Formats: sequence, structure tokens, C-alpha cells
Amino acid sequence: MTKLCGKRLNNHEELELVREDLLKHRNSGTKSVCVCVGPGCAAKGANRLYELFCEAVRQSDSKVKVEAKSVGCHGLCECGPIILIQPGDIFYQRVEEPDVAEIFRETVLSDRIVERLLHEDPSTGEKARSPDEIPFYKAQNRIALAYNGLIDPANIEDYIAAGGYTALPKALTTMTSEEIIAEVELAGLRGRGGGGFPTARKWRSCRESDGSPKYVICNGDEGDPGAFMDRAIMEGNPHSVIEGMVIGAYAIGSSQGYIYVRNEYPLSVERLKEAIEQARQWGFLGEDILGSSFSFNIRINRGGGAFVCGESTALMASLEGRTGEPRAKYVHTVESGFRGKPTNLNNVETWTNIPPIINRGGEWFAGIGTEKSKGTKVFSLVGNVVNTGLVEVPMGITLRRIIDEIGGGVRDGKRFKAVQTGGPSGGCIPSEHLDARVDFDELTKLGSMMGSGGMIVMDEGTCMVRVARYFTEFLQKESCGKCTPCREGLAQMLHILNRITRGEGDVGDIEELGVLAELLEGTALCALGKTAANPVLSTIRYFRDEYDAHILDRHCPAKECRGLFRYEIDAEACKACGICLKNCPEDAITGEKEVPHVINQEKCTLCGICWEKCPFTAVLKV
Amino acid sequence: MAEETRLIEQLIDRYEGDVGMLIPMMQDIQAEHGYLPASDLRSLSKRLEVPLSRIYAVATFYTSFRLAPKGAHDVTLCMGTVCYLKGSPDILEAICREFQVEPGGTTTDRLFSFQAVNCVGACAVAPVMLVDGKYYESVTPASALEILNGLYPDEDASEKEDEA
Repeated sequence: MTKLCGKRLNNHEELELVREDLLKHRNSGTKSVCVCVGPGCAAKGANRLYELFCEAVRQSDSKVKVEAKSVGCHGLCECGPIILIQPGDIFYQRVEEPDVAEIFRETVLSDRIVERLLHEDPSTGEKARSPDEIPFYKAQNRIALAYNGLIDPANIEDYIAAGGYTALPKALTTMTSEEIIAEVELAGLRGRGGGGFPTARKWRSCRESDGSPKYVICNGDEGDPGAFMDRAIMEGNPHSVIEGMVIGAYAIGSSQGYIYVRNEYPLSVERLKEAIEQARQWGFLGEDILGSSFSFNIRINRGGGAFVCGESTALMASLEGRTGEPRAKYVHTVESGFRGKPTNLNNVETWTNIPPIINRGGEWFAGIGTEKSKGTKVFSLVGNVVNTGLVEVPMGITLRRIIDEIGGGVRDGKRFKAVQTGGPSGGCIPSEHLDARVDFDELTKLGSMMGSGGMIVMDEGTCMVRVARYFTEFLQKESCGKCTPCREGLAQMLHILNRITRGEGDVGDIEELGVLAELLEGTALCALGKTAANPVLSTIRYFRDEYDAHILDRHCPAKECRGLFRYEIDAEACKACGICLKNCPEDAITGEKEVPHVINQEKCTLCGICWEKCPFTAVLKV
Repeated sequence: MAEETRLIEQLIDRYEGDVGMLIPMMQDIQAEHGYLPASDLRSLSKRLEVPLSRIYAVATFYTSFRLAPKGAHDVTLCMGTVCYLKGSPDILEAICREFQVEPGGTTTDRLFSFQAVNCVGACAVAPVMLVDGKYYESVTPASALEILNGLYPDEDASEKEDEA
């Protein structure tokens, strides 16, 4: 190893020498076992697997050089824990502790495949050796997630060896601020946090604003429930975020940056802290970066568990040590933001896209996607879908391809009902619009929005009124209370939705919801309030019949709202085992041995215990 | 020097007395004690020359701050969309009923502090519950209660069974 490794680098040439060295070292036959410790795999015990592999490496007396790495989210969380072995890109899924010894002996030391741990295509039965052969990965195009699951996020050398920190010296030494912004403009990059505002325009406004110092902020307060894209990037490839921020800061003329990370993501904070420390050591952060005259520092702040702090002005208030209340934005934050100074805020995924754009050019990036939405977008594909996980797809792909081709369709053979995009500010899109193309404008037209990238698939068993109620309750709780429309309007909407889901809805409730929604959209102070009615409006737009069934027939068609459906015992399926009868707290079930049991509807309080307990699924919801 | 003042002085040093760093300072106090003791907040208020009312506003605005001591364990139930759809309301109900605790509260025997949060970002394995930072995937009301009952030291657990 060169003496430069781990030292502060003074110029571009030194960095290239180090990179060459790292690559030489890496190509010398070392094998890597990459253990995914993303949230999904970690919940299934991947951290223990990593320890076992480390132990195996320590105890191995083989001549084969092996390293075990814990890496960020690989994407196919459904099949976790995932292990990837390099070279060869061998992909093992659902690995358990007893498999470790076999993988180490067979694959790592002897280059033999352990067939039973390979991914199998459920439709063709074909086994896949590497991710490229798996349908889940085939339709994806990974830019932001390019190195996720491949590099060790705690090791800057991995990032450098993979080609990281090439964009930064290029920007610092060969480009002017204006050229960088022009490149980002050519790329057509739009904000990935949900707003979709053109990134280059924001940068330019901030650069041209009077006032000093200027600040750049990375918004890692990923608050949308059902979304973990930013978490995966911060924990899987933190240096890409830092590199993007340094380039942005150079273009804008800022010397101080902040990363605001959600309180619920302690590992993200840890990874970013390590990465910042390493970047500083190597000279990618701090004074005179890479020997240039440009200096920039980054500080991490943790959020306090308030959803509204994902809104830019609320986030800045929180950074200033105040309660996270947004302000009206007639003065833009690029002119007067954090501490009253020009501030440029972008989302984690936006920052991550900057290094590849600088490296490969705006034209390349703009070649991907649709006319007005360029590049790719990361989605967390979750809910009632076969392959849950993290996906990155080119803009313009249809919802159908994401759900069916990548996601493998709806789980348990059920019928698709809707896909919820855009988090609590988004909406539910029904099956007739599955061929819609995913881009900022198309989703907005459908009454939903791109949002930050949550994509929740719902099947026929999901009650859409209950979904609307869930999001309204969420937003009502998270409303900061500063402006009246949001504070009072959401409480009223929730009140109405509560009545409807309890079977106490009145004719005219839907219209009343519409009036409140209009009020919110027109008068709320910030985006949280303005878009808060989207879940209600979109479900009324596409699933009005479900609202009507709740209000007019006192019936929940999806049979989720307690009290709006009955339990009955299917006489043919009932084996007269007596379990329901014994467990019924109201003695509402009658029956004898070998005689199918019956629920006395007058006594039944609809508690559902019989339905939970029946081992033969003979208790039905009707 | 009183214990609380020493901590406050350390924090003032660490953050260079920057009022903008109020939230990180409060987070550090909570990391130290598990909650925000009133005496510490008073010292912080004096030292930073920030009204106590403002510190109190911050402490009550953000859900992660706690003004009362916490239990021996931290239990977090995810109520994100996917967990919700997959049954977290039933788990919430079961925990509240069994342990007589509300979200944001602590059980009377201080066994655990209970939080229901918006999303922990592990949606692929919903419903998710965390106990002292460890993730439990695909939780059901029954398995959640089993996990939480397992938090009792052995003799307590058998006592509890006797009571039941």
C-alpha cells in the first residue's frame, strides 16, 4: 500500500495514485463476502451472519484471501438475509446461520455454488446465480443505488476503489461554478424529496442571492411512513451524499453544510459520522479540499421525531434549535433560510445523483426518463406485493411494470386494488391507471404525487376509507398546529372519517370532506397542510362506492371496519372442533360434536376472536 | 459542582455555547439520563440565556423527548402505513391492554417505556417492533406479548404467570 493511503490528499494526482493502489490490491484475488445488513436483512438476523463470516475468515487457514463486509441494503428485502460473493456476483438469499459454514467452505474457498440458496424464479423455476439474472433486478437501472450492497459503507477505500470521489476533483479542478450548475441543469435533475423542483434553478438562485455565509443542507428527515430510500442510501453509501454536497457547496459558494437525519435512524447517523470523519482525514472535507482553495465542513443534526420537519422551513427552524414550525414562503429559503441566510436544501437522493451527473455528464442523465422527469427514482416497494424491497427504476416506467415485473405481483394470489404513492401527501391509484407512466407530472395528474418514493401496494382486502382515515390521523397528529386550516381542518376531517368507518356516516359527509379539502389546499401554510387532503380526495375519486357502502349500507366491502360486516361459519368447512365455541367471550356460538357450529348474530359483539382462532378458516367475514 | 451543572458545562463546551444547538444538547442530556430532568433544563436555560418556556416548548414539540424517567427497556412499535395495514393497530391494542401502558408512557413497574412511531423504515418485514434497538419482524399480537413478557427477569415472569 502506498504511504498516501489514509493521509490527507493534497491534489488530484495523489488521489489517483491511491486509487490505483487500492485497485491493484483488490484485484489480487481477494474474495469478498458482502453481508447485507440493511433494515430488512438486519431484522432477519444478518448482523449475526456477518459475525459468523468474520469468525470464519479469522479461523481459515486457507491460502485464499477473504474479507467479510457488512454492506447496505441490496434491495430484495423480501428474500433476506442476502449474501453476495465477489468476484462472481454470486447471490444467496434467505441465508441462515447454519448455512455460513457451507457457503464459506463451498463457494468462498472452492468456487462451488450452493444451489439451494440461489434465487428461484417462481414462474419458471429457473435458478439465478447473480442479481442480473433475477427479474427483480433486471428492469432496474441503478444510479443512486449503484454501489449499495457492494461497498462497505464504513470504509472510504471501498468507495474510492469503486470510482467514488472522481466527480469531486473533476468539479474542483476543471469546472467553474456556473459550469457545474449548467451540467445539473442539462441533466434536468428535479428534487427527489417530493417537490420535484429543478435542482439547478435552486442552486443558481442560492448562488446569486446576496448574503453570506451561505448554507447547504441535506434533508435526511425521511418521514413518510412506508419509505426507506434515503435511509438505505445514508446507511449503504454515505460518501456519495457527502461528495454530492461538497460539489453543490462549491457551485453555490457555501462553506458550511448540515445533514438533518431522522431520529428513528440511529445507524444512518453513525454511518454518516464515520464517513464525514474519514472524508475529513483524506482531505475531501475541511480546509483546502484536495489542495484547492475551497473549504467546506458538514455537521450532522438529529431530528426530534416530528414529521413536519421534513418541510424545508420547519427543518431550518429545528436546526436553529426551535420548534419545527414552518413559515410562509413568500421569501424563498434560497434568499433567507437557515439563520436568515441564503440556504440550499436538497434531499439525500438528489445529492447522491450529483457525482454521477458530473462524471458522466448531464446529457447522459437526461437520456434516461421522460421529457420532464429525467433520470431514475428510488422507490420502496412494500405492502401486499410478492417482492418487497428497494428498487430504482428509470422515470417513465409504468406502475404495472414496477408492481408486476419487479414486484412479482400481488401477494397470496389476491386481486390488486390500489397503489399508494407519495406518502401522506400522496394518493391511491387504482388498477385502471396502472399503465400510467411514473413521473412527477403524471402522478400529480392522477391525484397522487411522486413524493419521496414510498410505493405501497394494497390488495382487495384493504378498505380504502380506512386507508384515508389512517393518513388523515397521521397528519392530524403531525400537524404542528401553527395555522388554523391544518390544525382544525384535519381534526374535522378525521372526525368525519371516524364516523364513517364506525358506521355512523351521514349523507353529505363526502361533500363536507370535499369542502374541507378545498379549504386546506387553498389556505394552509405549508405543503403538509396543502396536500393533506390528497389521500381522502384520491380515495373518494376512485373508490366512491366504498364510501357509499359505509355510509348508506353500513357495510365495509373490504371487511376491515369492525362492526360493518358480520362473522358467519361456513357449515361445509366447519369441523365442529369446538375451538371457536370455547373461545367466544359472549357465548354466542352454539354447536355440538360433528354438528357445524353457528354464530348467534344477536349475541355476537363482532370481536373477531372466533375468526382468529379457527384452525380451518371456516369463520368467514360477510 | 453539582452533577447536573457539570454535564451542562460539558455540553456548552461541546457545542461552543451555540443556542442553535439547543436540540442536540437536549438530546445529549436525554442520552445521559434517559429523560430530561427538570433541574438540567433549568441549568441549561440559565447558562444559554434561553427562557425555560422555550426549552419546554421544544421538549414537548418533539416526540422523542421525555420529561419522565424511562423504563428498563425501550419498546418501539412501528405504526407506519405498511405495519398499519398488516395489523399493527391490533398489536398496539394488545400491548396497551396487557401492560396497562399508553404510547409515550412507561409501565408502572418501569419494565419498559413504550413508543408508537410513524415508521422505522423496515417496511419490507412489517409489522415491526423494536426492543432496545433490536428489530423483530412480522410481529403478531401474540408474539409481541411473548417478547415483552420475556423481558421480566426469570422469577418475576413466573410470579406474573401465577397471578394470571
